[in-house]
Amino acid sequence: MSKYKKKSVISSRVTEIPTSGIRRFFDLIASSDNIISLGVGEPDFITPWHIRESAIYSIERGHTHYTSNNGIPELRRELSKYLEQRQGITYDWNSEILVTVGVSEALDLVMRTLLDNDDEVISTEPSFVAYEPVVYMAGGSFVPIPTSMDNEFIIQIKDLERSITPKTKILLINNPNNPTGSVISNDILVEISKIVEKNDLIVVSDEIYDRLTYSENKPGIHFASLPGMKERTVTLNGFSKTFAMTGWRIGYATGPAEIISAMTKVHQYTMMSASTVSQEAAIEALKNGENSFQNMLKDYRLRKRLLVDGLREAGLDCVDPDGAFYVFPSIQSTGLTSEEFAEMLLVEEKVAVVPGNVFGPSGEGYIRCCYAASIDDIREAILRIKRFLKNHR
Amino acid sequence: MEDILRILEQDGRASEDKIAELTGRSKAEIHSIMNELEEDKTILSYRAHIDWNKLGQGSVFAMIEVKIAPQRDVGFDSIAMRIARFPEVRSLHLVSGDYDLAAQIEGNNIYDISNFVTNTLSTIDAVQGTSTHFILKRYKEDGVLIGGDETTDGRLPVSL
Repeated sequence: MSKYKKKSVISSRVTEIPTSGIRRFFDLIASSDNIISLGVGEPDFITPWHIRESAIYSIERGHTHYTSNNGIPELRRELSKYLEQRQGITYDWNSEILVTVGVSEALDLVMRTLLDNDDEVISTEPSFVAYEPVVYMAGGSFVPIPTSMDNEFIIQIKDLERSITPKTKILLINNPNNPTGSVISNDILVEISKIVEKNDLIVVSDEIYDRLTYSENKPGIHFASLPGMKERTVTLNGFSKTFAMTGWRIGYATGPAEIISAMTKVHQYTMMSASTVSQEAAIEALKNGENSFQNMLKDYRLRKRLLVDGLREAGLDCVDPDGAFYVFPSIQSTGLTSEEFAEMLLVEEKVAVVPGNVFGPSGEGYIRCCYAASIDDIREAILRIKRFLKNHR
Repeated sequence: MEDILRILEQDGRASEDKIAELTGRSKAEIHSIMNELEEDKTILSYRAHIDWNKLGQGSVFAMIEVKIAPQRDVGFDSIAMRIARFPEVRSLHLVSGDYDLAAQIEGNNIYDISNFVTNTLSTIDAVQGTSTHFILKRYKEDGVLIGGDETTDGRLPVSL
């Protein structure tokens, strides 16, 4: 029984955030030993040594204080240079870049900064699990547009047009996408940009997987680089996926000065500044991390082929994804639900995958498999999945 | 071809099956490319990196700086190859700087090494001088850390 006298100590807003229905499944994974996990959402590489070493050096020099709210100037200058080189977009380091505690904080900031009550945020689904709750906590309404394997999990223009109402304020894009690995082509992005302009929307573009793309035809276009879009796009990005720095919790938002300044206001009262040592490590990553990144990318490419071929050979239908490090195969041929499939696979073969419905109702019938795993683990997982499917035909 | 070499560089024991799966080529194709690479000595050898200290029977190693007089027509190559052919020599590089050849020598004990340096290496005509540095501890060999490895997967089994 609660020790507090009031009826409910937890706010109704937080109480109403739905808890994930598959908590039990995740508890089961946590209590299982010796599993092969394709269920992770982060690189298996350890942060390259030169980045770790620069962080150690920064601590040795006594860089243990707060930084300016929007981030160490050198980091923002380096980011501005990096974005200009990589994306061809020029952001003023002092007014258009905010260093955050990962994309997670940047997402929360941008929603709290832009949304008034009942403003609508359109996003494709299946989508990253935090999108809906973050929009909800900021007082907005989340409007998902389901996608499916039939259209390679790419947003359909007619669906987008149909979803727009007078209350629509933000289009939230995740390109490349978690959990499907899909990458939106330039042509479709241009069409989207026209609709955005026509309806006076703001785009929040989560591009955390932008460097992890594998097709020359779909190099992962940055939404803000499209004509007329820079002034209405807030881009969220970070170091976690490109430089294998998930635990450092370091990311950034770029966008129009007016929005970045307002986001900084929220950030300064809630976070003060991102971790100093992580910011120093991020500077090293930008300055000298390209080689390490390219080596990791080559490995991801190999592993993607291995996993896609293996899953198809096992009899699971899947799109060969163009980005991120996920494959999102259909398990509908088994007649099992996503959760049944994932739980049985875990119990019988000790392979962990993520049930697709975690990422929204349209993810039902799929599972998310991550190939940021060792080659030997991927091969063994495929053998076990093959055996599992044979036993359940 | 580069993709195959990259896999083998990381895992010399990778089977033809595994390489075929990883590169999306047929096993027969892998077999023939690997034969070619072995024949033209692009692949020099397949061997294990061993930490002999684990068995308490480590060899003794020394880095030796060698000054030599280059010879007409062949420069350093002829004398370098002459030195390289001794089985005691694990590696040999022509380097810039105060000396010419950097050699790594292996022996069963300190006497093996001093014997090689004084009776063999120094007595070669073109060798003008040597400087021997015994190796006290090995931390990394051919890109592989010895001890202090980081292979444990510290990730949560599931993250979204």
